[in-house]
Formats: sequence, structure tokens, C-alpha cells
Amino acid sequence: MGLGILFQGSNFERLLGGLGVTAEIAFVSVFFACILGVLLGIVMTSRNKIIRFWCRFYLEVVRIIPLLVLLFLVYFGFAKWFNAHLDGVLVCIVVFVFWGAAEMGDLVRGALTSIEKHQVEAAYALGLSKMQTFIYILLPQSLKRVTPGAINLFTRMVKTSSLAMLIGVLEVIKVGQQIIETSLFTDPSAALWIYGVIFVLYFVICYPLSLFSKYLESRWEN
Amino acid sequence: MNWQYIWNAVPRFIDATLLTLNLSLWSIILSMIIGVFCAVVLVYKIRGLQGFVKAYIELSRNTPLLIQVFFLYFGLSKIGIKLDGFTCGIIGLAFLGGSYMAEAFRAGLEAVSKGQIESALSLGLTSRQAFRYVIFPQAFAISTPAIGANCLFLMKETSVISAIAVAELMFLAKDIIGMDYKTNEALFLLVVFYLIILLPVSVYIRYLERRLRRAKYGA
Repeated sequence: MGLGILFQGSNFERLLGGLGVTAEIAFVSVFFACILGVLLGIVMTSRNKIIRFWCRFYLEVVRIIPLLVLLFLVYFGFAKWFNAHLDGVLVCIVVFVFWGAAEMGDLVRGALTSIEKHQVEAAYALGLSKMQTFIYILLPQSLKRVTPGAINLFTRMVKTSSLAMLIGVLEVIKVGQQIIETSLFTDPSAALWIYGVIFVLYFVICYPLSLFSKYLESRWEN
Repeated sequence: MNWQYIWNAVPRFIDATLLTLNLSLWSIILSMIIGVFCAVVLVYKIRGLQGFVKAYIELSRNTPLLIQVFFLYFGLSKIGIKLDGFTCGIIGLAFLGGSYMAEAFRAGLEAVSKGQIESALSLGLTSRQAFRYVIFPQAFAISTPAIGANCLFLMKETSVISAIAVAELMFLAKDIIGMDYKTNEALFLLVVFYLIILLPVSVYIRYLERRLRRAKYGA
């Protein structure tokens, strides 16, 4: 009864295993999203109108369509159109990278354009080439400014990866559901405790991350 | 693509869209009320409530909506609090949106300059009147774009409520895929109907942002 259900059999290990899947999705996605996002952010500062239009378009598509819809589009759409099954975790990572790259790109673009002009001018005056200015002056400073936002994006990914269960990924909530269903007759109040515990687990992971990003933000403000 | 099927499914999608809008509307109203309350508590440092509000904001910001509604829908029913899916959805969305709205209103309230409140008080307004007629309208205007973005966010998040069997757009699409194997048609209609409700909101937010930026020139 009560919280005891958590320690019956290997329930707790299974929940942690589910959390591992959640973490895997978030880590892999944020890794690729950061790389692609930096590239995209650089492209977005381009003065070419056509390039800027398509970047804008991509960003708007990602922002307007709910993520769950994107997950469904890729999960069911891919199966239907190419007659092949994609693993739910893979679908999640693909969609999250697609989403994260756009968000990250916008962050990097904002950071790049926020670097003061005199930085670039001083670099030119010192005789650095355009490429050198970019690599040694612009990029390091803007990456620093982007870090809090990137951490926020990561916590959002951890939270959003809960949606993976809706396309059949065996992550922490799905595992919780299985535990609840197997103990339906022995412990009818399991739902309250298991979902409560998962709620706390998410909080324990995300809260330190958001504290950390807030700390970095306030420390680097000036 | 089976156009006949799509045509026949449109009325069901319209019903589902109305439900999505209904969910959005209620959750936006409730989360704005929560947001204003929390922002006032935080900005004016009302003792006793401050800790509670801070805890609420951190809890709501650092947990996914899905587990919040699962806890409400499946968890609470075990201790006798039985709510239907629609109510759970609204409570969950308001719980989530409230903290985002609080952040938006807080930024607005803090952006109103001190001179405004001082001159309002020196004109003989009570502090309540000053808040109601001077501070709040300005703060609201300043935070409008952020509020709009939160509204869009909440409307998108209603898709998660499909997980507790509320027959909104996402649920209907899932239903059609499962029942009739009309994957293409369901996904097509799903995206089209989401765009119909979300695109105007997004365009309107852009318009508000631009208007606010223009209004700031005078200041």
C-alpha cells in the first residue's frame, strides 16, 4: 500500500530505466540540435533575403505546429508513406532535433546580432580576417550568451520527451502505467503514488537545471 | 488521399476544433487570473503568499503537462476526487499556463516606471486606485506580446489533453488512424485544422508586437 508499491519487485529500477530513455532522447536531441542550431543561426544572419525567408518559414512552421502533431506526422506518416517502421525513440529524436535546431538557431542568431559592433571593428583594426573575426571574436562571445538558453531548451526537451509515450516509447510514464496496470487488483491506489513519484522525479531533474541556467544568466549579465 | 473521406470527416473535425478552442479559452482565462495574482504577489512582495507562489511557479515550470494531467485524472480519482477529462485538462493547462502568465505580467509590472506610481499617489489616488487605473493598464500593454505568445503556447498544449480521452483534434486524428486506417487523411486534416486556428493567432501576435514597438517610440 502507499509508497510501498515503488519498492515491490524491480519497480523502482524499471522507473529509473524509463527515466534513462527520457534522458537519452533529451541528450541526443540537444546534442544534434546545438550543432545544427549554431550552423542555422549563422545562416540566419545572412543578408540574402531568400535565405532569410526560408529560415523564418522553417522557424514559424516549428513554432506553430504542436510538437505532438509533428511526432504523429513523422511516426505514422513515415510508416504509411515509406512502408517502413521507425522506432519511436528515433522518431522522437528526429522531431526534437528538427524543433531544437530551429529554437537554437534563433537563439544563436539573437546572440550574434547582439554582439556590439565595436568588437568586430576592433578585430578588423587588429588585422584579423573576416573568418578569423568570426571564429575568435564573434562565435565564442555569442556561444557564451546562448548557454543559459540552451540549458532551458534542454529542460524543455526533458519535459517534452514525456510525449514520447504517446507514440509507444517505453519511457518513464509508460513504465509507470505498466506498473499501475499490473498492480490494479493488489494496490488500487497505485496510480496516485506512481504518478506522484514521476512528477517529483521530473521536478528533481529539471529544477536544478533551471536554477543553473538562471545562475549563469545573472552572472553573465554584465 | 481519399477526398470523399476527408469531406465526410470535416464535420467531426469542426466539432473537435470547437472543443480545442473551448479548452484553450477556459485555460487562457484561468491562467491569466492565476498569472495576475502571482505577479502581484511577487512584485509587491506580499508576505506569507510569496513562498507559496514561488513554489507553485517552480513546480509548474519544471514538470511536464502530461504527468500533471495524468496525476489529476488517474491519480486523484484514487482518493475520491473524480474529475472528468475536460475539467482535468483545463485545470492542468491553467496550472501550467499560470506560471508562464505570471512571468509575463511580472515583467510588465516591473517595466512601469516608479514615477508613474508616485505621481498617481501624489494626485491623491489611493494605492488601490493607482494600481487599477495607472499601473495595471500600462503593465498589461507592455506584457501583451508575451501574453499572446503564452496563449499560442496553451492552444498548442491542448493537444496533450488527448491523452486523457478528451475528444479534441489530436484525439480525433488518433481515432481515425486507429479505426479506419486513414492515416494520410487524418494527418492532413489535423495539420489543416491546427493551422486554421493557430495561424491567425500567430499573425495577430506579430501585429501586436509591432504596434507595441511603435508605441514605445514616443516614450
